[in-house]
Amino acid sequence: MTESTPVLRHPMSKYIREDRQPFIYCSGCSIGIVTGMLARAIDNLGIDINKTVIVSGIGCTGRTSGYFKTGTYHTTHGRAIAFAEGVKIANPELEVIVVSGDGDISAIGGNHLIHACRRNIDMTVICINNMNYGMTGGQFGPTTEHERYSQTSPRPYGNLEHPFNLVKLAASSGATFVARWTAVQARRATKSIEKAIEKEGFSFVEIIGACPTAYGRMNRLGDGVTMHKHLLEVAEIQNGLPPHEAELDYATKIICGEFVNIEKPEYTAVLAEMQRKAKGE
Amino acid sequence: MPERVMFTMGDIACAEGALSAGCRYLGGYPITPATEIAEWMSIRMPQVGGAYVQYEDEIAAITSVIGASWTGVKSMTATSGPGVSLMLEAIGLAVMTETPLVIVNIMRGGPSTGQPTRGQQGDIMQAKWGSHGDYQIIALTPASVQEMFDQTVQAFNLSEKYRTPVFVLADETVGHMRERLVIPDEKDLKLEYRKTPTVDPKDYLPFKADDDLVPPMALFGSKYQFYATGLTHDERGYPSDKENVQIELVTRLQNKILHNADKIIDVERIELDDAKIGVIAYGTPSRSAKKAIKDARNEGIKAGLLRLKTVWPFPEKQVAQLASEVDHIIVAEQNLGQVYHMVKAVAAPTPVHLMAKPAGMPQLPHEILTKLRDVNSM
Amino acid sequence: MSRYEVRIGGFGGQGVVTMAVVAGETASLYDKKFVVQTQSYGPEARGGASKSEIVISDEEIDFPKVQAPDVFVVLSRAAYLEYVNGLKDDGILIIDEDLVKIESDIPKTMKVYKIPATRIADKEVGSKQATNVVMLGAFAVITKVLSIEGLKARIEEKWPRFVKSNMLALELGMKAGEEALAKTA
Repeated sequence: MTESTPVLRHPMSKYIREDRQPFIYCSGCSIGIVTGMLARAIDNLGIDINKTVIVSGIGCTGRTSGYFKTGTYHTTHGRAIAFAEGVKIANPELEVIVVSGDGDISAIGGNHLIHACRRNIDMTVICINNMNYGMTGGQFGPTTEHERYSQTSPRPYGNLEHPFNLVKLAASSGATFVARWTAVQARRATKSIEKAIEKEGFSFVEIIGACPTAYGRMNRLGDGVTMHKHLLEVAEIQNGLPPHEAELDYATKIICGEFVNIEKPEYTAVLAEMQRKAKGE
Repeated sequence: MPERVMFTMGDIACAEGALSAGCRYLGGYPITPATEIAEWMSIRMPQVGGAYVQYEDEIAAITSVIGASWTGVKSMTATSGPGVSLMLEAIGLAVMTETPLVIVNIMRGGPSTGQPTRGQQGDIMQAKWGSHGDYQIIALTPASVQEMFDQTVQAFNLSEKYRTPVFVLADETVGHMRERLVIPDEKDLKLEYRKTPTVDPKDYLPFKADDDLVPPMALFGSKYQFYATGLTHDERGYPSDKENVQIELVTRLQNKILHNADKIIDVERIELDDAKIGVIAYGTPSRSAKKAIKDARNEGIKAGLLRLKTVWPFPEKQVAQLASEVDHIIVAEQNLGQVYHMVKAVAAPTPVHLMAKPAGMPQLPHEILTKLRDVNSM
Repeated sequence: MSRYEVRIGGFGGQGVVTMAVVAGETASLYDKKFVVQTQSYGPEARGGASKSEIVISDEEIDFPKVQAPDVFVVLSRAAYLEYVNGLKDDGILIIDEDLVKIESDIPKTMKVYKIPATRIADKEVGSKQATNVVMLGAFAVITKVLSIEGLKARIEEKWPRFVKSNMLALELGMKAGEEALAKTA
């Protein structure tokens, strides 16, 4: 037996299941970066990881929860938010974070998203938007831009549909904190994730990411490095801009920043008050 | 709380049963004829420090129930057939992640929107086979207001013990009729709680089962780390596409129910000791059958009743025993024949006669009596 | 008492379901009988004919629904036409005489009692909403299947804010029931 040599460990590895490395993400994918943002946000806030619950749905981003060393759950497609609502209401002491993709959260899970925004349950939803269904090979979804190509909107036709703007959707549905960043704005995005976690209300953080393997290839957007460089070029920071002006056009301009930070009675706090009254306390 | 007596509806008895069992979370969506459960819980839950949460649809409702259960809170949903149709995906997830929860289905006429205000027993097979893949389920079939209470308590106990979703399958008549309900003193209720891990967190394997085939369940917020997924997973909870992992998992999930079937299944045998004809029924039709066998015996026809209080796992032994005792079996159910097929498979070669009634009014006692006379003269 | 079946019919808003529930609660909780109460649900419960039924017995009740009522209390013409069939030949028919006429041939053995319940509630109690309580008083006196003290206790407990008007309604209903019994005798 040889003596084991000390290995240099990643500072965030205390939160990550190293026995599940490497990540399943393709090279050039943004999801690993966002996983790092979340780990750093938890670390910066100094919150108890054991009291933090991380939930995902289905898809590439849906695998994120499983890499964290805490209570984590991988729901069926689109249901991460609904699951998280049950967790938070049943035990409001827990910090509940949903990380999932644009297809999961805004297509099959779209109804749960808007109603959770409306209900205002204290939780943080991080939506990594790579503008297509990556895991299944790159089909168009509700965030795919008009006329873009995908496996189900192939050349020469392109996408017949028009995309959701998730910032506008979350804001108009009643979310109390709404922000958008690209995957390359790691420091600012991490700060927004921290604010979202601290916010007592429903927080929605969209991270525009790159899927070079599927979306990038089909739309000839270049490799992972090229796509991330592009994101940096077109990102335009406009903190405090009214959310309905937070435009998103992959080719030319992605408005980034924090757009909503409002106060509204939070569901579990109101419920606790109702319980006290009902018990005659 | 000391014993209480009420004259109340089956739906409300079910809600009170859940509360007595310790349920503190109901994720729901209003639907006839289960709405009274939601309405009652919306008043009662805050009084006991619990939550009634009304979701945007039944999919969110049951998925939230899975989430609530993983915090250690006993949780349920209450719906009818159309709602269960939407919940089937999540029922599979609850089976796969071994989540204790109770689903109440107050059965109405189907398919589709059917007859919302009229009862039926058309969802027996849906409860067993509705979600995709191979799995076992537990389903209880109460026939009175008191049983709506008792069997809801039992449903929670079974769900906790075996870490599985459990159905309470009641026809609309049982859900909506009023009878006397005795809510026992809480100290007289025997309640089960899921087992939680005791090992050192670094040695914890979230899906490694004990000898009873049920793994201890860690909860959110505890010192245990775990990853629960609807994907096929190994004992660590990690996704796997290996053939042996799939076979071992689905086999264990099946066997934890089937190997404990004797402890789960509950039937009532009425006047069967010398019977030549055995009627099999559950829910409201079993009450018609009870009257019919009494009248038949007054005419000298030796009839008896096997009343199923559990339909899943199917009481194969009990039906096989009946088949060995009687010359004929009659199955009376409020559908076109669902339990009938299970009975036929088990009872052969004893002839099995179906009395189907896919509508709101169950078979009337005299209709079953007529059938008993017909079969008796065969 | 062996199985006794009661059917109550009227239109939505007359309180036929409440009437059956209160009768059921009284028989079950105070008189310690076995009781099952059922009712019609759905579109017909609003506006059209609606009914509610109870089965009362000293023995455990098997089949929960009413098949051949011993008594039919009816508060609307539509309910009379819809639900009169099935009433036992020697059964009891209690009608609100201002709203229901006997329009069909009924067996001579059937006993008919006419109670102006809506009129009594409106004119003498001061609220048409008390119609069902008036009818409950008449029903209890005519059929003798409910104890009067049980009925009073149940009504007091159920509606503590309206004890005075409900007791008046109940007394007037009982009086009307006694008068109707005297007329038939």
